[in-house]
Amino acid sequence: MTEQPPAADAFAGPIKVLVPCGSLGAGVRESEIAYGIAEGAHVIASDAGSTDSGAAYLALGKSKNSRGAVKRDLEILMRAQAEHGIPIIIGTSGQAGGDLNLQWTREIVEEVAAELGTAPKIALIHCEQDKATIKRLNAAGRIQPLPPLGPLEDEVIDQCEHIVAALGVEHFIAALDGGADIILGGRSTDTAVLACYPIWKGAPWGPAWHAGKTGECGVQCSVNPTLGSGVMLTVKADGFEVAPLSDDNRCSVHSVSAHMLYENTDPFRLAEPGGVLDVTRARYTQLDERTVSVSGSGWEPGPYSMKLEGASAGQYQTMMLVGIRNPEVLSDIENFHDKLLAALYERTRKSFPAEALGEFHISLRMYGWNGIDGKPVPPDRPPPPEIGMVFVATADTQELANAIAHACNPYFFHYPNVMNKEIPSYGFMLSPADVPCGQFFEFRLNHIVALDDPFELVRIEYVDLASGSAAAQKEAVHG
Amino acid sequence: MVKLRDVCHEIRSKNAGPFWVTFDIFFDGPASFTRYHTDPALSADSFARLYGADASMVKRIPVDDLSMIKISYPRTFPQGGMVERDMHSGQQYVPLLDVELAD
Repeated sequence: MTEQPPAADAFAGPIKVLVPCGSLGAGVRESEIAYGIAEGAHVIASDAGSTDSGAAYLALGKSKNSRGAVKRDLEILMRAQAEHGIPIIIGTSGQAGGDLNLQWTREIVEEVAAELGTAPKIALIHCEQDKATIKRLNAAGRIQPLPPLGPLEDEVIDQCEHIVAALGVEHFIAALDGGADIILGGRSTDTAVLACYPIWKGAPWGPAWHAGKTGECGVQCSVNPTLGSGVMLTVKADGFEVAPLSDDNRCSVHSVSAHMLYENTDPFRLAEPGGVLDVTRARYTQLDERTVSVSGSGWEPGPYSMKLEGASAGQYQTMMLVGIRNPEVLSDIENFHDKLLAALYERTRKSFPAEALGEFHISLRMYGWNGIDGKPVPPDRPPPPEIGMVFVATADTQELANAIAHACNPYFFHYPNVMNKEIPSYGFMLSPADVPCGQFFEFRLNHIVALDDPFELVRIEYVDLASGSAAAQKEAVHG
Repeated sequence: MVKLRDVCHEIRSKNAGPFWVTFDIFFDGPASFTRYHTDPALSADSFARLYGADASMVKRIPVDDLSMIKISYPRTFPQGGMVERDMHSGQQYVPLLDVELAD
C-alpha cells in the first residue's frame, strides 16, 4: 500500500468529495447535502473531532458533541448514502478516535440504520494501541519525538489512559477496497479522511491531499463561515476546485489560501503519514464567483510513519467563583491575591494532616485583571470596576479537592484586604459554592512511529448489517 | 514608532496541536508587510521575552502572497494541564497588539 503516486494521465476524474461539515455533529444541512448530491458527489467525508478541545475526550473515550447531534447528522448522511449508493467516510470517530469513541459512534450508526431500515456494510478502522506494543516499538528505536517533546519514556506510556496512531489514506483505501458503505475511522489525520477517496480512484496525490487540507473544517475555507456548513471538493488531474455548498456563500483566493494557516505552524509543508504535502508552488485562481481552483500542489513520498497521541489523567480539581466590587480590593489586586493565596495555603495545611493532603495545589485566577495569563499587570493600569475571582484546588482525589475548597470557603468568601476591618462578603454565584471539576487531562505523546507496513498498528473490522447477525460478521483484514 | 495593531488588519492566535501556539499576523497590505515583517520586535528573541518561549524554538514563516507572517512557539506547558487558562490559545495574541515597530 505504499506505492508511489500514480501517473495523473491514468486518472479518469474528476472526483467530487462532499464535505458536509467541519465535524460530525456540528449541524449538517439537508439542503446542502441535496445540493451536493445533485452536483454529482461521489463520496461524503468528514472528520468527527480533533485534539483542539483538549485531552479529556481521548482519556475518557467520550465525545464533545452530544449523541443527539451526532445522530441527527448521521441520519441525514445515511439517508443520502442509502438513496444514492455513495459511501460515507468518517475520521476521528467520537471526537478522539480511540476504541471507546469508535464503539460509541458504531452504536449510533447501527441505531440509525435500524430506524431507517437500511443495512450498510460498516468498516471500523481501529488504531488504538496497547502499551506493550508502544513500548516494544520504543525499545526498537522506531519512535522519535516531535519538538518540543524529548525521547519517550516508558513511564509516560504507562501514564496514558489511551494511545492512538493517526490513520492515513492507506487505511481508508483498504476499507473502500473491502466494500464498506460506511467507514468509521479511529483517530485520523483530518486531511486523509478527505483525500483517501480521490486517491483510491487514482487521483494525483498532491491535489488530493491539498484538497483534503482545504476542506478539513468544512465551510471554514469560505468567505463567510457562518453561511452554511459544508463545501464540495472536486479533485482533477491537474489540481482541485473548492466551493461552498450554500449558494449564498463563496470561496475566494484569499479565503482558500489563508486556510492553510489554520492550526499549523507551517502553512507550506504538512507532514502526513507516508509523505509531505508541499503547497509552496500552489497557485490559486478564482474560477467563478463561488469557486476557487488550485494547481501546483505537490506530494513528496517518504518513509511511512504515523503520529501517536496519548492522553493521561491528572489530579482532581474543585473550583469556586466570587465577584468582587470592593474598592479596597480593586485598588490593590496583586497584593490582595498574594495575601489571600498565602492564607488559603496556610488554612489548608492546618486543616489536614500532611500525609492526608499529599501533593496539592491552589490557584486564584483574577478574571477581569490577569485571569488569562496570570502575569503582572503594568503599574499604570487603572483598576477594573469588578473582578471575578476563581479558586481552583487540585488534589489526588475529588473528595480531597472538595474538602480543601470547603476548608478554604470562609477565607475565600470573607477575606478582607485590610485586616481588622469589618468582614466583607464577596458575591458567590452558586450554592453550593464549590463545583467539583473532575480530573484534568493532558496529551503526553507528540511522537512519530516509523513503520515498514502501514497496517502494522491498524485493524479493520467489518460489520455487514445486510447479513443479519452483526456479531458474526467480524472479520479482520490486513492490507 | 507605530504599533503592530496600526499596520495590521488582523492579528490572531490559536493552538497548533496540544504543544504549540501559532500567531497569524496579517499586515494591512504589501507595503506594510515589506516594511515591517522583519522588524526586530517580531523576532524570535522578542517572542522569547513576551511569552517566555525558547527563542531557538520559535518558527517564523512569511507568506508573501497573503502579506502575512506566521510565528509559532512551543507552549510553556501542554494544553489542558493543571493551571490552564487559555485552552485554545485564542487570547494569546493580545500582547502583540501594542508591540512597537521602528517607523
